[in-house]
Amino acid sequence: MIETKVIELEEVVIRFSGDSGDGMQLTGALFSDTSALFGNDISTFPDYPSEIRAPQGTVAGISGFQVQFGTSKITTPGDYAHVLVAMNPAAIKANSGCMSPGGTIFYDSDSFTQKNFDKAKLKTDDPFTECNLEDYFKVAVPITTLTKEALKDLDIDNKSILRSKNMFALGLICWVFSKPLDYIEGFIKKKFAKSAAIVETNLRVLHAGWNYGLTLEHLTPRYVVHPAEIEKGIYRNINGNLATAWGLLAAAHKANLELFIGSYPITPATDILQALADRKDLGVKSFQAEDEIAGICTAIGASFAGKLAVTSTSGPGFALKSEALGLSVIAELPLVVVNVQRGGPSTGLPTKTEQSDLLQTLYGRNGECPLVVIAASTPSDCFHYAFISAKIALERMVPVVLLTDGFLGNGSEPWKIPLFSELPSITPRMAKDPESFKPYARDEKTLAREWAIPGMPGFQHLIGGLEKDVSGNVSHDPANHEKMVKIREEKVNRVVEMIPDIEVYGDQQGDILVIGWGGTFGYVESAVREMRINGAKIGLAHFNYIQPLPGNTAEVFGRFKKLVVCELNLGQFASYLRDKIPGFVYHQYNKVQGLPFTSKELVDNFEKLLEE
Amino acid sequence: MTEILEYTIKDFKSENEVRWCPGCGDHAVLNAVQKAMASMGIKQEDFVVISGIGCSSRFPYYMSTYGFHTIHGRAAAVASGVKCANPKLCVWEITGDGDALAIGGNHFIHVVRRNIDINLILFNNKIYGLTKGQYSPTSDRGAITKTSPQGTIENPFIPGQLVLGAGGSFFARAVDNNIKHSQEVFELAAKHEGTSVVEVLQNCVIFNDGIHAEISDPKMREERQIFLKHGEPMIFGTLKDKGLVFDKGLLKVVKIGENGITRDDILVHDVTEPNGYVHQQLIGMKLPEYPVAMGVIRAVKAPVYDQMMEKQIAEVKSKAKIKSIDELLRSGNTWVVD
Repeated sequence: MIETKVIELEEVVIRFSGDSGDGMQLTGALFSDTSALFGNDISTFPDYPSEIRAPQGTVAGISGFQVQFGTSKITTPGDYAHVLVAMNPAAIKANSGCMSPGGTIFYDSDSFTQKNFDKAKLKTDDPFTECNLEDYFKVAVPITTLTKEALKDLDIDNKSILRSKNMFALGLICWVFSKPLDYIEGFIKKKFAKSAAIVETNLRVLHAGWNYGLTLEHLTPRYVVHPAEIEKGIYRNINGNLATAWGLLAAAHKANLELFIGSYPITPATDILQALADRKDLGVKSFQAEDEIAGICTAIGASFAGKLAVTSTSGPGFALKSEALGLSVIAELPLVVVNVQRGGPSTGLPTKTEQSDLLQTLYGRNGECPLVVIAASTPSDCFHYAFISAKIALERMVPVVLLTDGFLGNGSEPWKIPLFSELPSITPRMAKDPESFKPYARDEKTLAREWAIPGMPGFQHLIGGLEKDVSGNVSHDPANHEKMVKIREEKVNRVVEMIPDIEVYGDQQGDILVIGWGGTFGYVESAVREMRINGAKIGLAHFNYIQPLPGNTAEVFGRFKKLVVCELNLGQFASYLRDKIPGFVYHQYNKVQGLPFTSKELVDNFEKLLEE
Repeated sequence: MTEILEYTIKDFKSENEVRWCPGCGDHAVLNAVQKAMASMGIKQEDFVVISGIGCSSRFPYYMSTYGFHTIHGRAAAVASGVKCANPKLCVWEITGDGDALAIGGNHFIHVVRRNIDINLILFNNKIYGLTKGQYSPTSDRGAITKTSPQGTIENPFIPGQLVLGAGGSFFARAVDNNIKHSQEVFELAAKHEGTSVVEVLQNCVIFNDGIHAEISDPKMREERQIFLKHGEPMIFGTLKDKGLVFDKGLLKVVKIGENGITRDDILVHDVTEPNGYVHQQLIGMKLPEYPVAMGVIRAVKAPVYDQMMEKQIAEVKSKAKIKSIDELLRSGNTWVVD
């Protein structure tokens, strides 16, 4: 008998891939949770089509879920998959370009029919040869047949049987990676508590998958990934959208205010509205508006009335909110706008990630209209940056735009849960003295005005979108207008006092400083790490505070011979830096494919830059 | 509330000079709103006046209450946010036919559909005044304006019918030159729980002078307007000798004393009838066949959005397992790393 092949790895990337109705997202999420509970560090990336049910069996209809887990700190979902689980030929074709050399492909051999080859637009009946995957380890598993077999004595319809195929794949993969099934069993029992039949179906198929791995032991490579060294604490898995929602809610509680969200559903930001609509237990007022404009306008109304007001959206919706955003700038009301960026322009690539709304966020309004711009960089730090966005908005009476993206919003990672008491304080600028109150009188240091809300006796006043003087009265005086424009800009600039200096990861001075911002952190950081292992003198300055920029930015840039700005657009942050921090040569590495960077392409680029 | 609030109209006037054109209908509406507010027994600091863009939307500058002059078309959305944030406030929206029914049409129908408790005063002068004379969505077909030199080729909105179509719970109509009646209508609107839409037929003295003159002429008021009151027969005329009856499913003007018609035959106004059939016909009445309906046409009881929002939160809170941020963050699947 041949020995089972056991492969010990530091980190493994698995990609689950099937029709968008095959349940791949759930399968991937359950496997990720299981890995995290086992003590691996993980990072995940769902990748799905914008149609809810794109044509079955086609490449366009493929829904994927990628997870990387490992024994050390994992910052990305990985570039290339070591293991691919493919539910049909289209899934093999769709993922042929993202396999790690020598990887393993588990596939449903029952799906290898002429009909499915045709649907996947394959020219032959051998997708592996056609897609240049001959050198990979392929495991044919008749998943459909075995699922039917496992359920043959149960009285259930064919549709339900086929729907549980994903559990077979999950069971098998758990065996391959030596993961226990108890967490998944518990999940199934809880989720389908209302139907004993569905629980029975799923559990049986799950175990059938696991047992199949056992039986075929000699044919299947088995992987062991030891638990990671992780800081002590209580952990949970969290995706960027949920972290954003909870960060905003935590900020409202910290500031002793109610949270109001006015939003309109839009991919990939909708989860934020949904998460907050489900938090009436913590006093959230959620308002699903008739459009994006009403989303922000109801939030502005709620802000005027004294709430921590937020609105969430993505690129096209952000464009619609522009005029109202200008109102919040001139009225100087606290407001947080979350833009979960996606591929643009126009409807663009709704389910894909991109960083191409930066210039829209900074400049996309009429008039001189500065506001604070912050970008989160990992799924879990969306919590922190959402919290800080609210703190700045409330303490400086200014709108703040928080930029995340589809990759952060949907991606998840383990998060060490903070204690509420350890979060920074938030002190809204509530007006105190009705005698001296003037709507646009300012704190000398911060230039922030005071917040007096309807219902407070003695503070009755008017605000609006017209230019005004310090008392809030409309003023068309030319000198006053210029003064107010400059004050609003300076108020945003002075937020620099609230933000930390930029820290450099890796070498503190040297040949190359890699400059990134927002959601690309994981890939950029792992590329820099790899370069350093190979001896390069390289550092990373990854920006979360975009406007204003950290105070030490120019000083840090000056410590390196070459600067390269990496971003998922054609160079928007680079242009901004050329304007704000002049005197440097900014090289660029850009990608606009709706996909995250791969660490490999970054490394290749940095090496080339070193040689130049 | 034990405190007795004795306000006069002066308590609601701001120090700002009123800058509407002399003779503009807005002056009278401002007076009527201020009088209504003074008499309502609501603390002055609890009033909020929200406006959009347009001549009438300068309104908050002339009030001494909390006010917010927002952007074109969006007053309904901002007002919705204010009211939902704090349902204790008495929120008024001041808007015009262009602001509410053109650029803000979407927000208008949705605030009405949701039945958020705000008082929406719609100044209808059938023209864009602030931009100096272009046709509006309520301009009559054929209206000759700067942007329709050959006359408009589109039908106007009838504001009351839009309100009905959106499932509105309150609609009333008043004329700018009848301050006493306007004030009564505003008070009734403010007392109604839900979105109260009051259409004010307002005269733009510069760009559309006399557009409502046939209706609003004080000398012909009793003949050309019918002042509707809940529970009272629909009678009008200087001699109180004319009324409305139903004939073959349609309203019809009759003369009391002619053809055997007595006072008892006249329809009695019922603002609370949820089926808007009669309300719709009252809203649609036009000169010369009919008098134009004034006063509260519709005021039905319906669930109020901002109240329901608070109720849902209270209900969820009373049964909640999660009562703090710490509990929230630790809910669901967590694990400990030692």
